[in-house]
Amino acid sequence: MGEVVLRLEGITKNFGALKANENVSLNLEKGEVLALLGENGAGKTTLMNILFGQYTADSGRVEVFGKTLPPGMARAALDAGVGMVHQHFTLAHNLSVLENVILGTSSLWSWKLRYKLARQQLLELANRYHLKINPDAKVSSLSVGERQRVEILKALFRQAKILILDEPTAVLTPQETESLFETLTEATEQGLSIIFISHKLHEVMKIAQKVAILRHGKLVATKETKETSPNELAALMVGNPINPTAVTKRESGPVLMELLNVSTDTQHQSKGLQNVSLRLCSGEIVGLAGVSGNGQTSIADLVAGLITPSQGKLHLDGKPINRWSPRQSVLSGIARIPEDRHHAGTIADFSLTENSIIERYRDQPFARHGWVNWQAAVGFTQELIKQYDVRCPGPDTRIRFLSGGNMQKLILGRVLQNDPRVILAHQPSRGLDIGAVHYVHKELLEARQKGAAILLISEDLDEILKLSDIIHVSSEGRVSPPFQRGKVTPTELGGWMSGAAFAKQESMHAS
Amino acid sequence: MEILEIFLTASFWTAAIRIASPLILATMGELICERAGVLNLGIEGIMVAGAFVGWFGAYIGMGLWGGVLLAFVVGMFLGLLHASMTVSLGLSQHVVGLGITLLATSLTYYAYRVALPEVTSPPKIEAFQPISVAILAYIPILGPAMAEQTPLTYLAIATVLITSFVLYRTPLGLALRAVGENPSSVAAQGLSVLGLRIGAVVVGSGLMALGGAFLTLSAFDSFFFGMVNGRGWVCIALVVFGAWKPHKAFLGAILFAAFDAFQIRLQQSTIGADIPYQIFLMMPYFLSIAALVVMSRKAEVPAALMVPFYKGER
Repeated sequence: MGEVVLRLEGITKNFGALKANENVSLNLEKGEVLALLGENGAGKTTLMNILFGQYTADSGRVEVFGKTLPPGMARAALDAGVGMVHQHFTLAHNLSVLENVILGTSSLWSWKLRYKLARQQLLELANRYHLKINPDAKVSSLSVGERQRVEILKALFRQAKILILDEPTAVLTPQETESLFETLTEATEQGLSIIFISHKLHEVMKIAQKVAILRHGKLVATKETKETSPNELAALMVGNPINPTAVTKRESGPVLMELLNVSTDTQHQSKGLQNVSLRLCSGEIVGLAGVSGNGQTSIADLVAGLITPSQGKLHLDGKPINRWSPRQSVLSGIARIPEDRHHAGTIADFSLTENSIIERYRDQPFARHGWVNWQAAVGFTQELIKQYDVRCPGPDTRIRFLSGGNMQKLILGRVLQNDPRVILAHQPSRGLDIGAVHYVHKELLEARQKGAAILLISEDLDEILKLSDIIHVSSEGRVSPPFQRGKVTPTELGGWMSGAAFAKQESMHAS
Repeated sequence: MEILEIFLTASFWTAAIRIASPLILATMGELICERAGVLNLGIEGIMVAGAFVGWFGAYIGMGLWGGVLLAFVVGMFLGLLHASMTVSLGLSQHVVGLGITLLATSLTYYAYRVALPEVTSPPKIEAFQPISVAILAYIPILGPAMAEQTPLTYLAIATVLITSFVLYRTPLGLALRAVGENPSSVAAQGLSVLGLRIGAVVVGSGLMALGGAFLTLSAFDSFFFGMVNGRGWVCIALVVFGAWKPHKAFLGAILFAAFDAFQIRLQQSTIGADIPYQIFLMMPYFLSIAALVVMSRKAEVPAALMVPFYKGER
């Protein structure tokens, strides 16, 4: 057994009647990766906030390298050598990498920023941990993976010996995740100890030596990864065994929507499309895989009516569409689960009721002679809450107070309630915990069963492979030919994701 | 030809820099506030208060520098009032800022009436006189015009250099810029977001008051109503014009002042005889708006400007 570097002892924290943490004890040993597993709301974040002095525990204590930390002091953990990479990065976008790294490392009242020395130290660190970075690049110009690298370097620059990563892979591509894992392995070999917070089971199995599982604020078990299985972990996490979602075979129906050789102009940060063809059939899930930023947003916006093709045609029920707008899209029975549920999916300060009718407030039964029929709206919302198990105080609650999972359930309900013909599901399970992901998948499969044509855009290859009848891959605004379920391997899809397979295809055409 | 010759005279540029000085001081103050994420619309009122208090200090015998100091302290106090509402309580920066402007302006006029109930014409003081700094004359173009100014103008120019140095070369400046971009980045380092923002607003407001005091202690020698005359709002625009960078905002202030000095001379020239003088008065503002539109399109606004920070919220 190695030296214990971090010890949490009997941590208890109550928020009113809610027991956020109940007598949680953990040991982290030198050079190991300890995974902290639990659903949203299981108490992981509260525990870390106590460690970092954001909250004061009702009882229990935190010990780092044998010394007890004073409770409620934000700097204490940092000074003791604990670094945290938050799920939402704490970087200033208009500042350079170097500026972000040295922020707060010297006294505010000192005269000089030691840019030169800091740059040298940063480059040394980057070299040692194989984290390639340009110290002078503005953070706004970096990809998500690179930003995470900056966060890790920030912690290392402060001589962190213990690194805490909160859901680090939630925003990464498979390749970036792979390289993060290499970095973490490298770091532990150099003597760092890591707490890896996640709810992705296969990642936990891969990177961690030990897993601590939290459920409803209590530590339910600590397991060696060697002696456990993903299924066992899932059961411990959720509290009851999870049945894998079964995908039944289904004959696909008529073509409902079709993109024919569509090209679009470049939109803001999203790549324009080049000659894309897609076909959405009734009772079929079409999965679009690929690293985000490769044209997925353009395809989603196109289907939702936010943009129109610069070339090519959109067909609905075999007929070309002439006028195309978000309103037309809604009226044609296209339901949309937007990528960003906080910004595009909901209005944070509107109530659940207002959010529920937001796409249909002009139509029966929610509007009568130009007036909103609140009775119908509230009734509809109550039905959604009941049917889709949205945990909330009531229809008048502002939606910002809902957890991501519950918010998504409401959006799902809003979308599915009147049996849409086409469903655009853009990253429908991103950032959700395992229970909520299952729920989303189940609902999508049910809609498929009822004959909806579903376009599933996801960065999670496992999700695509599990749900899709047909798989496309997008890369640089191009879309691969369709692959049938089970007729393609993840490696092949990876070739299309990186763009290599596109080049091959083109050279074959040329010869 | 006559028009262009105006630009070549040293006296024109001397006037331009004198007109620019209060703008420079107050613009640096506003810039510091906004870089930390707080829009300070109290600027106009704080300048009025600074103008009166600075003059009053000198009038009651505290000396010119005593007046300057008094103005700075009163400015900081008004800044603290602003910050306690906008930063600590997270109230609307627009409403609080305009409130401070109304409050400070009215209080100032009230104080003036109470202090000097029986005067008909504003009493005068012995204002700052130009001192010559011969070395500055060697600076190309603006040099000769900079060499013959009052001490407060030199203070204004020093403020630009100091602001620039602090913002870009010190840990404090880095923390200030970061707190205006993403307060969480500062909070994650265990630094106080509220402390930094309050400090920025307090010091910035002090500088605004100095800008006001320049008017009564340097440009004129007495205090009268309406003398700030919208200069505070010009400074808000200058910060945007300067893309939140001290040196650019400084140049903006000089440019605006040059337009102003130019229109005064045009009014006096033969061309000006047939044109209503209001057209000339309008000119600096009109040209500023035009320049603002051209210059500020690519500017990077501090991302957290006007976004209050609450602990524990993401």
